Amino acid sequence: MTLTNKVTTLTKAIDQINNGSTIMIGGFGSPGTPFTLIAQLVNQGAKHLTIIKNDANQNGLGIDLLLQNGQVDKLITSHIGLNSNAIGLMNTGKIEVEFVPQGILAERIRAAGSGLLGFVTDVGIDTSLANGKQRLVVNNVEGVLETALTADFALIHAAKADTFGNLTYAATAQNFNSAMAMAAKFTIAESAYIVPLGDIDPDCVHTPAPFIDDLVHLPKLTEAYNVIKR
Amino acid sequence: MSSNVKAHMLRRAAQDIQPNMIVNLGIGLPTQLLTYLPKNFPVCLHSENGIAGIGPQVDYDDADRNLIDAGGTYISPILGASYFDSVTSFAIVRSGRLDLTVLGAFQVAANGDLANWMIPGSFTPGAGGAIELAQKAKRVVVVTMHTDKTGKPKIVEGCSLPLTAKSCVNRIYTDMAVLDVTDGGLNLVEISKSTSLQDVINATDATFRITKGKIPTF
Repeated sequence: MTLTNKVTTLTKAIDQINNGSTIMIGGFGSPGTPFTLIAQLVNQGAKHLTIIKNDANQNGLGIDLLLQNGQVDKLITSHIGLNSNAIGLMNTGKIEVEFVPQGILAERIRAAGSGLLGFVTDVGIDTSLANGKQRLVVNNVEGVLETALTADFALIHAAKADTFGNLTYAATAQNFNSAMAMAAKFTIAESAYIVPLGDIDPDCVHTPAPFIDDLVHLPKLTEAYNVIKR
Repeated sequence: MSSNVKAHMLRRAAQDIQPNMIVNLGIGLPTQLLTYLPKNFPVCLHSENGIAGIGPQVDYDDADRNLIDAGGTYISPILGASYFDSVTSFAIVRSGRLDLTVLGAFQVAANGDLANWMIPGSFTPGAGGAIELAQKAKRVVVVTMHTDKTGKPKIVEGCSLPLTAKSCVNRIYTDMAVLDVTDGGLNLVEISKSTSLQDVINATDATFRITKGKIPTF
C-alpha cells in the first residue's frame, strides 16, 4: 500500500472556489497566513465571499487584498483593529462584520471539525454578542448555544507537509490553521517544504492528512511572509 | 501621553505580579509590562495566539517571522516555553488556568464592569480574546490612562459603552492612581507622586473611598 500524492498547482487548487463561497483562512496576524493562496484568490477573482479569519491582517497584506478588491461580502472575525481599511469598509456598510469572541470562534470551528452541532458556554453572556442566541441552563449555570462553524474551503499555511498532507506548523503560526483544516468541506494547504512520505515523524504531525484535500508547493516565500517592520 | 508617565504606571502595575503566576498581558499598553519585570523573575506569560513562556521582545533583525505575541510584537521564547493552537490557547483561558490578566480599557465602572471592545459609530476593533480573559482569569486588572484623549474620565459609575464583561475588574492602575474594586465600590489605594487627591477626584466620574491618614504614593 501507499498513500495518495495530493500536490496540485496553485491555479487548479484556487479555481475550485466559486462566487459566494465561505472560506476559512488561517493565521493570527501574519504568522500562519497563507499569503500565496490568498494572492491567487485575488487573481482568480471569486466574488461575494464570506471570509472567516481571526483578524483582518493589516492594511495591504493578506485578506486586506481581498477586501480592497471588493471580493468580500461578509467577514466573521474576532478583531480587526490593525486594519483601518477593514474598519472603514465596515463603518460605511460595504462589508458586513460578525464579531465572535476569539476563543469562541476557535471552538465553533473546532466543533464543526469534530462533527458536532455546537456547544454551550457562558462566555459573552453579559454582552451584546449574546443577543439572539438560544439560552440554556446546564448544571445551574446559564449559557448560550454556540453553533458549529463550517465552510466550503479552508486555506492553510503549514511549515512542512508530506505528499499525503500530514502537516506541521511553526511556533505561533499554528493558531487557527489546525482547527480550520478540520472544519471545512475542502481544505487546501500551502507549504514551502513538501517532503516525501516518512520524512515527518508520525508522532510530530500536527494536522493528520485525512483532513487535507489539496497541497500547493510554494517555490519561494514571497515578500509578504517577511518580518513586518512597523 | 509622555513615555515617563506611561513607564511610571507600568512599573507600578508590574510590581503586583507575583512569582509563579500564569499571566496574560492584553494587547497595547499591558504587553509592555514585561519590560518592567525583574530579570529571571519566575512567571509564565501566555498569549492568545498560542504561546506560554514569552520572553523578551526582539529586534527586527533577530525576529522569527512565525513568532509574535497577540499584539503583533516579535518575541522570543524562554526555556520551557510551549506553542499550541488557538483552541488549546483558549482552553487554558476558559478552564481558569490564568492567575492574572492585565487589560486595557475604554471605560471601567465602580462595580468592576469593563468596556474595552467597541465605541459605537467610531472605533470598533472587536473584542479579540478580551471577553474570555475578563470573564475567566482568576484576577483581572486594568492598566489605562485615567482620562481619554479628550480628557473624559474612563473610571465611571456605570459604563455607557457596550460591555466586555460584568463585574470582572479587581484593580485599576492609571497614571494618577491605583484603585481597588470591592463589593462596596471603589477604594483608593495609592496616588501618583505627581498628582493630588483633588486632581484624582476631578478626573474620576465615580465616587471612591479613601482610607484615613496619608494616602500612599507610587
